[in-house]
Amino acid sequence: MTGYIFPNELEVNWGLFIVLYPYLTGLVAGAFIVSSLYHVFGVEKLKPVSRLALLAALAVLLVAPMALTSHLGQPLRALNMLWTPNPTSAMAGFGYIYSFYLIIVLLEIWFMYRKDLVQWAAEKPGWVGKMYNLLTLGAKDISPSALQTDHKVVGILAIVGIPSAAFLHGYVGFIFGAIKANPWWSTPLMPVIFLLSAIVSGIALLIIVYAASCLLRRREMDFHCLMTMNKYLWVFLIFAFVLEVLEVIHMAYEAEKKWSAVKGLITQVLPFSYFGIQLGGMLAAFFLLLAGRWKKISQSIARNLTLAAGGLVLASVLAMRFNVVIGGQLISKSLKGYAVFHVPLWEEGIIPAAGFLILPFVLLVGLVYLLPPWLDSQPEKKRRRGFERNPHRQEHGSIFKRLFPFGEH
Amino acid sequence: MKKKIPRREFLIGACKVLATGFLATGGGVGIGMKTVFARDGVMDWRKFWAGKQWVFVVDTYRCIGCGRCVMACKEENAVPLDKEVYRTWVERYVEREEGVTIESPGGGLDFPLQAPEEGKQFFVSKLCNQCQDPPCVQVCPVSATYRTEDGVVLVDNQRCVGCRYCIQACPYGTRFLHPVTHVADKCTWCYHRLVKGMRPACVTICPVGARKFGNREDSDSEVTKILEKERVRGLKPEKGTKPQVFYLGLDEVVM
Repeated sequence: MTGYIFPNELEVNWGLFIVLYPYLTGLVAGAFIVSSLYHVFGVEKLKPVSRLALLAALAVLLVAPMALTSHLGQPLRALNMLWTPNPTSAMAGFGYIYSFYLIIVLLEIWFMYRKDLVQWAAEKPGWVGKMYNLLTLGAKDISPSALQTDHKVVGILAIVGIPSAAFLHGYVGFIFGAIKANPWWSTPLMPVIFLLSAIVSGIALLIIVYAASCLLRRREMDFHCLMTMNKYLWVFLIFAFVLEVLEVIHMAYEAEKKWSAVKGLITQVLPFSYFGIQLGGMLAAFFLLLAGRWKKISQSIARNLTLAAGGLVLASVLAMRFNVVIGGQLISKSLKGYAVFHVPLWEEGIIPAAGFLILPFVLLVGLVYLLPPWLDSQPEKKRRRGFERNPHRQEHGSIFKRLFPFGEH
Repeated sequence: MKKKIPRREFLIGACKVLATGFLATGGGVGIGMKTVFARDGVMDWRKFWAGKQWVFVVDTYRCIGCGRCVMACKEENAVPLDKEVYRTWVERYVEREEGVTIESPGGGLDFPLQAPEEGKQFFVSKLCNQCQDPPCVQVCPVSATYRTEDGVVLVDNQRCVGCRYCIQACPYGTRFLHPVTHVADKCTWCYHRLVKGMRPACVTICPVGARKFGNREDSDSEVTKILEKERVRGLKPEKGTKPQVFYLGLDEVVM
């Protein structure tokens, strides 16, 4: 604590779970938009990740409300927000918007996989086949005209999904931006800032997830797909960076009473995570992505630069969520001092928060196992450069194949 | 042969049933809000609220920073004494050439007996402003916090989900998460005392009359007379919340 803070402000009320919540929904919105770039805007080069993107969105989407509910003082009353919502509350819409979006994503995945589900139901033996049979929900018509309808429905759902994803995340920004009591949150730019950072984090997530999946499956990464993600990430990164900086520059130029408190926050309380990780990470990623598209470098360097940029963006956006959610609460409403955030280990601390960050990936592995999203026709890599493969391993195929025998089609 | 109900009739019937259901529920809720079954019969809230608008006046010239109000409040309202949560607290301002020092040790319970030697000094007590346009009521996702017709913002601790959005929305830092009940808590101007015709605990205990409380609609009350004659202001008027705690002699430095 420095300066004077109100006695009730000693405790930071919204902790790490509330940092994670906008981070997770942001990843969802961003991943969904990548999928839509292929389905709606016809960016063919993104085809290899179009289904993976949707599964990733679903995996993260399922975890986001867990973080929120665990944060409540009375978690068992969480559904009161659905049964008895207060229409004037910016938070009361969450349940509806979230449910609507979840339905859109589930429907889109179902229509996208319907043909495969019917085929797997017929091919797979035993309970696996029965499970796929159940998942078809009895719709087993895979005549060309039925598939044509599926394709159309996926297109429509993707179109409806874009504004929904934007709304889901812009809305989270509004929850913060509409709080006049908080000088660091209160800005109409907040929903837009949140949305753009969501898009960049989602694209970055897909870059990393796609690379990891190729590594596990021993497949060559589709270089053009990766470079297309590089390009989109770079463009959205520019908008995200400009808006985040614009907000602060505007506040500094107007120099109202609250500016001294905000200035102290970013220069003295959070300088490393604000300038170092949030803004520095974005700047570094900007140059790495640009360098990755330089024609004169080899594909493997370009790939590594893009991957590094993806990791940096993921870290930068997480820092941004932290700086907004926690940072905003560190400024005393007296504008005369700053609270201190003590990071606990257990209760809403590092360990459960890390769990909520890992859980989506566990779910994603399960989803990928259940609904293999791969659309590539490239063969499995026979050998890696630099060393001779152990013949014993070759027999068994990839780690992925061994772990998930149903995963390959 | 079974008799078929025509679709039209069925729909009309269904609408009637639904409408009756809604009206019955609505009526039930309406009655539930206006009356309460107390130990000694039914409380008629309409009657209690009629002709009442509570206001609070803090005379900063009188406060001596003894902290009795803070202690009385904690005891009266079951706010844990050993936790840093307060329904009311007292701040001390010392203005010197090099700047202002603000303190509220233990919420005002632990001011040292010896006053600083120099500088302009004064105490300011803080509590919920029971705003006419309360942001906490606006943001509560489940309507657990609401404003009564006689002007007090209350929390229904059976309904609150503990999301703490109201704590974020309050510009005055007067709300907190109760460490025992895990729901939002705040000053109620001792509403449980008001309904029995008593004044808030902090007002009753203040030895110097720095805290005044009364009904603004009653022209004989002390607060009405002060508001009619003196120059007063509430905290952070720029937030548009219309606070109902009025300060006499409020310095510009107080936020």
